[in-house]
Amino acid sequence: MKDMTTSGPMIEFRKDLFADERDDNLNEIGKPTRRQDILGHVTGRSPFFDDHLFDGLLHLRCTRSPHHHARIRRIDTSAADRMPGVVRVLTGKDVPTNLNTLLSLLDFGLDDEPILTDTKVAYMGEPVAAVIAETEAQARAAAAAVVVEWDVLPHVLDVEEAIKPGAPAVLDIYPNNLFVYHGKYDHQKLRFGDADRALAEADHIVEGRYQMSPIEQAPIETCGAIAAPEQNDRFVCYTSTQALFFSLGTAAKVLNIPSSRLHFIGGTVGGGFGGKVDSIHEPLAILGAMLTGRPVKYAWDRAEEMQVGAPRGAERWYVTDGVMNDGRIVARKFTGYFDAGAYTRLSSYAIIKGVGHLPGPYTIPNVSANVYCVYTNRTPATAMRGFGITGVDFAIEAHMDKVAETVGMNPIELRILNAYRDGDMKAHRREAKNCALIECAQVVAEKAGVTLSPELKAATSVTGGGGARGALPAHTATDEDGQVEGFQATSYANTSGASSAPQPSPTTSAPAPQPITSAPAPRPATPPAPPTSTPTPSPTPPAAADKKPARSGAMRFSSLSGFRRR
Amino acid sequence: MTTLETYPTMEDAARAMGADATFLGGGTVVMRAVNEGVATPRLIRVTDPGLAHISTVGEILRLGASVTMADVLAHRDLAFLHPVARQIGGPQVRNMATVAGNLFAEHPYGDFATALLALGAQVTVTGQGGARSVDEVLRDRDRAGLVSAVEIPRPRDVRSFGFRKVSRVKPKGVSVLCIAAYLPRESGRIRGARVAFGAMGPTPLRSSGAERALEGQMLDTATAEGAAAAATEGLSPATDQIATEWYRREVAGVHLKRLLTEMERG
Amino acid sequence: MVKKPVNLTLNDSPRAAFADPGQNLLDFLRREIGDLSPKFGCGQGTCGACTVTIDGQTQLSCLVLAETVDGKEVRTASGLANGATLDPLQDAFMDHFAAQCGYCTPGMLVSARTLLDRNPRPTRDEVIEAISGNLCRCTGYEPIITAILSVAEGRARA
Ligand SMILES: Cc1cc2nc3c(=O)[nH]c(=O)nc-3n(C[C@H](O)[C@H](O)[C@H](O)COP(=O)(O)OP(=O)(O)OC[C@H]3O[C@@H](n4cnc5c(N)ncnc54)[C@H](O)[C@@H]3O)c2cc1C
Ligand code: FES
Ligand code: FES
Repeated sequence: MKDMTTSGPMIEFRKDLFADERDDNLNEIGKPTRRQDILGHVTGRSPFFDDHLFDGLLHLRCTRSPHHHARIRRIDTSAADRMPGVVRVLTGKDVPTNLNTLLSLLDFGLDDEPILTDTKVAYMGEPVAAVIAETEAQARAAAAAVVVEWDVLPHVLDVEEAIKPGAPAVLDIYPNNLFVYHGKYDHQKLRFGDADRALAEADHIVEGRYQMSPIEQAPIETCGAIAAPEQNDRFVCYTSTQALFFSLGTAAKVLNIPSSRLHFIGGTVGGGFGGKVDSIHEPLAILGAMLTGRPVKYAWDRAEEMQVGAPRGAERWYVTDGVMNDGRIVARKFTGYFDAGAYTRLSSYAIIKGVGHLPGPYTIPNVSANVYCVYTNRTPATAMRGFGITGVDFAIEAHMDKVAETVGMNPIELRILNAYRDGDMKAHRREAKNCALIECAQVVAEKAGVTLSPELKAATSVTGGGGARGALPAHTATDEDGQVEGFQATSYANTSGASSAPQPSPTTSAPAPQPITSAPAPRPATPPAPPTSTPTPSPTPPAAADKKPARSGAMRFSSLSGFRRR
Repeated sequence: MTTLETYPTMEDAARAMGADATFLGGGTVVMRAVNEGVATPRLIRVTDPGLAHISTVGEILRLGASVTMADVLAHRDLAFLHPVARQIGGPQVRNMATVAGNLFAEHPYGDFATALLALGAQVTVTGQGGARSVDEVLRDRDRAGLVSAVEIPRPRDVRSFGFRKVSRVKPKGVSVLCIAAYLPRESGRIRGARVAFGAMGPTPLRSSGAERALEGQMLDTATAEGAAAAATEGLSPATDQIATEWYRREVAGVHLKRLLTEMERG
Repeated sequence: MVKKPVNLTLNDSPRAAFADPGQNLLDFLRREIGDLSPKFGCGQGTCGACTVTIDGQTQLSCLVLAETVDGKEVRTASGLANGATLDPLQDAFMDHFAAQCGYCTPGMLVSARTLLDRNPRPTRDEVIEAISGNLCRCTGYEPIITAILSVAEGRARA
């Protein structure tokens, strides 16, 4: 086998860097290795979900909303029922647990999304009925014959419009179209030091607004699943999922059966990039197989993949930096809006992850962030490569260039000057380790022909960090802005009065609280409002403020989002 | 449900056509509709092998209805059309897509038809004596009838024909716009200028402004600028996923000028 | 629903099955014949995952009506290997990491093989042109181009 590391022009191993921190006697790292599944790929034998033939396979297709936002007055499936080849037409009442949120399996968030809605649609393309027929063409024709009477509602497609007073309520269980964090706030907070005071003392204030559109993962294989009755009262399900056990748990919950009755087969995914975690297809395909006793395939066509396949959500960020004349950034404030689209899916968690990433790989002594998970009448958003990070990283790095311009510094120098070094304290109160940004920036400068000042050329990630830079701020300004009431920290709850309790979770779920907003959330101020901080001696971050032990939602997802000690 | 009917000749096919039927050429457009379940109940095709012929009759190049873009690319007499055919779809599409079908392909397609319009090609319609101009066929495509062949007058000087396609994806994107210009010259002056734009209206359209600015002129920088300034006269671009109407209007003249400059250099 | 009998030669062996009205060749090959190597990516001609050859020309099987291939010769990626002996292109794709998820790979290989049969020494630009109708979302085209060129230059293991 050829050595790809030498034949390719693109990879260069800089083994001179951190040489003493590394054993170079590894067997796999740095050496080309053949994928174990590649023989199947080149012979066309890799078994993707649709590469399983079933006699008598039925095809399921959905009737979808032509409106961004509308109430359903009536769904009439009688004409569709009589169409050629139609075996069964499903609506919401056929789905055992017709309300779910993906992260309920992780005890995080409210069930907010129907599998087949029968009351209201909140985005264009939302499914309202599912037709199962002998051929795909027949399913397609019959899905078009389902008659829905709509009351079209005003819709909102922009995050900042959606949180204005009087905006259409995308989902009425949330206050002002905002997800509730820790049962307490309408946004996720990060507070480290006193950003407002530092801004007041900075030589320059640099402000910026950045946004990113939704991005479709666009795998070449569209999402889908085939389910069929198996022996022992089980159902087999071949699926394109990227998250087999997630999909298994979701199907068990939605179908209200033990997961031991489900036999999931996956792992051969025709490109996912995050877009194949939402477990949309498996529950309906299995339900179809249960109700018809035959194998059922439910897959999106390309148009559906693009229209209703959950993209990386849109983001908008406002960044305000306080900068000294010498280029040191002393304060950074963020107001961020994630566009979740019509339902939560993974957006709430993307924010937890994104906030853990702030203020980027830089040691800034005063950082503050308010980040909002906003519901709009757009296609629900989900994971995509660099989940939760990509949008804000774009904002941060674009902003770094703006700061460099303001203080008249080369942007690479500005980055080296402010970069994390080993031993520094990060804004989420973990020590920075194994830093390497300085070295990367130095190599970039070398390649780009940028001459660095002698000090910055001599800088390293392993020296100069820690000490005062490693200390927690003496004072952190905190506030109670954006408080909401009526929610619990362990916020997994069944809110709709749906008939059956969710099954798969072995833990007992909280009794259904009515999530009533007593205090309307104050409109988030942009650009950031003047300081309303109450100094507190303890620099405890919001994510750790939950005092309940082990079982609390906050603790569960903080371990998930990688906040654990290394 | 879509059923296919196969006929030996175009005449038979023409008799079988009706409001519930679509003629199936290479299928690159029609089959998408079949797959999406929005095709007419009947598809009609013809198996006559003669329709795949390319022949030269005097100064006329005759392309049968089932001649594909790949066939055009394989034919030496059609070298001046290779830059057009080569820019339509990817290799698989070019092996399937017919020249006749291109006349009927909806916006933003119709790159080849744009070239045919500029070249003043004629269309033979089954069951109608004599040939009709491409202009006429494009004006009322729905009632055009079945095309059995396209006839292209061979340019006296192939350098008098130029084509430029602007797309975002290369080498396979669809047109933001495309331009075909036929500028025959008599003692250095342009006589009978024909400038057609694709993706700048519901069908390929001629730019009356550019043609007027070019007619009777020497092809030089000043003429090119005059034509560019008047380029959008006669066009009616739309906004779609590929570009806005505004953008198309803004860049039409810019690209025309580039094409004319290339042609001027020869 | 009247099904139509279709006889074809698939990868050198005679095959026959019935096609539904309106059924495209991709679906026909997969469901009625059982050759699962061509893939569905779009049904619109844009992705190339369904690429096969018909009488030696690459075509998009999703845009071909199954009944129109009656009497024709069809080749797919599953016909590239001869038992355990792989086509040099298949080896090259493995050596150069030219497949990640593998979904585009069968179509990509059919396009590449057709190119090399016609033009055993293509330039880099000709390789790019030949695979321009095949989208890959994972691998990046660079390793694919490298793999094809390596066979063209006779560098791959034969
Ligand atoms: C991936 C992809 C990329 C493409 N890229 C391009 C591009 O870059 N540029 C471009 O111009 N087009 C492009 N197309 C569109 C299309 O392939 C071409 O326009 C092609 O020339 C259409 O011809 P066809 O034979 O495939 O038409 P068909 O699909 O068979 O027919 C198209 C229409 O023409 C009618 N028709 C066909 N033949 C006749 C006839 N003889 N008489 C009367 N009516 C007839 C049909 O009834 C139908 O209405 C692309 C298509 C695809 C799928
Ligand atoms: S499935 Fe045929 S081109 Fe995409
Ligand atoms: S390897 Fe995944 S699409 Fe090409």
